[in-house]
Amino acid sequence: MARSHKPIIWGPFAAGGTLAALIMPVLIFVTGVAVPLGILPPESLSYHRAVAFAGTWLGKLILFVFVSLPAWHAAHRARITVHDLGVRLDNIVALVVYGLAATLTITAVVALLRI
Amino acid sequence: MSRKPYIRPVPKTSWYMKYMKHDRYKRYMLREVTCIFIGIYTAIIVLGLYNLSEGQESFDLFMATLRTPGALVFHLFALSFAFYHSATWFNVTPQAMPLMKGDDFVSGSLIIRVHYAAWAAVSLVILFVVGA
Repeated sequence: MARSHKPIIWGPFAAGGTLAALIMPVLIFVTGVAVPLGILPPESLSYHRAVAFAGTWLGKLILFVFVSLPAWHAAHRARITVHDLGVRLDNIVALVVYGLAATLTITAVVALLRI
Repeated sequence: MSRKPYIRPVPKTSWYMKYMKHDRYKRYMLREVTCIFIGIYTAIIVLGLYNLSEGQESFDLFMATLRTPGALVFHLFALSFAFYHSATWFNVTPQAMPLMKGDDFVSGSLIIRVHYAAWAAVSLVILFVVGA
């Protein structure tokens, strides 16, 4: 029987979907709403605090996982949805969406290693 | 098989024009487009990390951009879609990963409630860590 590569794609999709479901609402609330509106003090996301967090290996690992898994999840769901909407160019679509997710992941890694 | 089964024709590209009047297809599409907001927000975080690596001036500019009305409106939309993703994701966990205990399936509502509890716990921990 031909081996399917689906589990390789499905694993990170499910993990990313679960992680996104757990963390995205509170992260968007904190960085996009609470700090900009002053519900949380601006110092909670100050430069020095962010560098202190992203400067540790644990902080880098957390940020890497928080970015890469949801990015992969979003890319895979976008690919399936584009297929559902009748676009039958799966190879190109997959290349574009997974390429975007990979670009985000690599950019995050490079940035994290520089901090 | 000599008989040909009837396959109802479904147009490849325009099926949603025909079916979108049904609420379940609307909810399905609403769930699927959550990925656009999650993807864009992830890109915003990566942009923030890049600015953080560039130094204080870049990072402060990035944080100032988040205070603009456009950014706020986007994040409020993203927040609603993220909530929708979480709810729809957790609500199908019993189907996505049914659990056996002995000869019986663990009740679906229990699996869902455990996920909601984990969601609340993770959110509180993150709020506490950032706010402390």
